[in-house]
Amino acid sequence: MMDRRTPLYQVQKILGAKFTSFGGWELPVSYTDIIAEHQLVRTKAGLFDVSHMGEIKITGKDAVKAVNRLITNDLAPVPVGKILYSPMCYENGTVVDDILIYKFSDEELLLVVNAGNTQKDDEWIRSQITGDVMVENLSDNYVQLALQGPEAENIIKIILDIDTVLPGFYRFIETSLLGMKVLLSRTGYTGEDGFEIYLWLLDSGSDPEKLWNGILEAGKDYGIAPVGLGARDTLRLEAALPLYGHELSEDITPLEAGLKTFVKINKDDYIGKAALAQQLEHGLKRKLYGFEMVDRGIPRDGYDVVKDGNKIGYVTSGGIMPTLNKNGGIALLNDPDLQDGETIKIVIRERLCEAVLVQLPFYKKKYKR
Amino acid sequence: MEIREGLYYSKDHEWVRVEGNRAYVGITDYAQDSLGSIVYVELPTEGKELPKGEVLGVVESVKAASDIFSPISGTVVEVNQALADNPELINESPYENYIAVLSFEKTDELNELLSPAQYKELTEGE
Repeated sequence: MMDRRTPLYQVQKILGAKFTSFGGWELPVSYTDIIAEHQLVRTKAGLFDVSHMGEIKITGKDAVKAVNRLITNDLAPVPVGKILYSPMCYENGTVVDDILIYKFSDEELLLVVNAGNTQKDDEWIRSQITGDVMVENLSDNYVQLALQGPEAENIIKIILDIDTVLPGFYRFIETSLLGMKVLLSRTGYTGEDGFEIYLWLLDSGSDPEKLWNGILEAGKDYGIAPVGLGARDTLRLEAALPLYGHELSEDITPLEAGLKTFVKINKDDYIGKAALAQQLEHGLKRKLYGFEMVDRGIPRDGYDVVKDGNKIGYVTSGGIMPTLNKNGGIALLNDPDLQDGETIKIVIRERLCEAVLVQLPFYKKKYKR
Repeated sequence: MEIREGLYYSKDHEWVRVEGNRAYVGITDYAQDSLGSIVYVELPTEGKELPKGEVLGVVESVKAASDIFSPISGTVVEVNQALADNPELINESPYENYIAVLSFEKTDELNELLSPAQYKELTEGE
């Protein structure tokens, strides 16, 4: 089956994008150079097309309770206008997906899910959800852009139609940009301040190209440029943000992934609670660690990790970290008691290359809290 | 995309410059452009014997590691050490920055490689 394209494909092609296949979508991997785009987001601003993400709306009297039974984090205390990050687990505690939940009201929630998991999540939710609720997969009706970097706030202010107060970290508002109704949230996947912008395509005024071009035009004096998935991955790796299929999966629990803060063991029952409570009680048998290379070489996903002559795990995500001028990554290791500063060896093309365990994140996030 | 005269080309986007029985091997402008920023080069060891088609080295971009296949059979007599600290030299000048030099004997293997015109056809087709 052919990969899908977002409504911005043509304009991205004109901008010189090199495309790649990701989660069933044909998306820009870079426009100029991955490293340059990465540095630009850290120092100025970059614009990403993330329309491949999925959006599932849950409405009804029991919306909050119903969703709370599917996720490990607690939705109950979350106020209107706030966003909750949570893993969503199977009965055995491993992860279906990690998602964001936008609270519009007690009876209306918008779940934003990973591109490659949209169909799986939709089916899972429909099969597991209980109570007086309606589930709608609205993914095809949204264009989503991410504007990230220290200049993001300055740029957004230029295209706001009304002088409105911008949302704070992990909050959202419904507002108007360039004459178009949008959902604007203070979220992102880069470790920088920034916004995600959702455009509902069924509104008569919605014009994705106008929004895309308008943001690039407004940000010209701030040095904005379009950025692809290549830099999106190096940015999130430096910030140690998990990527489903790597740090989280149907084989890994959120506790093993270091996401204990997002697992509320004292909440009312939810899918996976018993298994996670057990894991907490008995202790982890394996967990994720951050590492930086000492020897030359670039660690990549799937490479074996060896310690004292034994294979103890594998690299879940690895690569270059341009802001830090280092190579490094995250590994899932079968020893829960390793300390920072301990050495491990990454097997790179049959050669054992030395690396050292470090605290995560590699890059300290610059969120405006 | 630059395709230089006076060089032989392989289907895997390597170039060969012959000087007597020494063959300088590198990757083409087309290759470096497709790869994007090169961040690491794994050079072969001097003295290594390479049959045609075997892995001579590895060139890594941000996203992936790409094997470089030896376009002809030979023995590695020299490597471009500058690439160890400055892999991006290949992006800057792909034809000036060879990866390795092979001493070779099987001159008829050169006839199996592509001419600049044939390589141009190949890249236009891709």
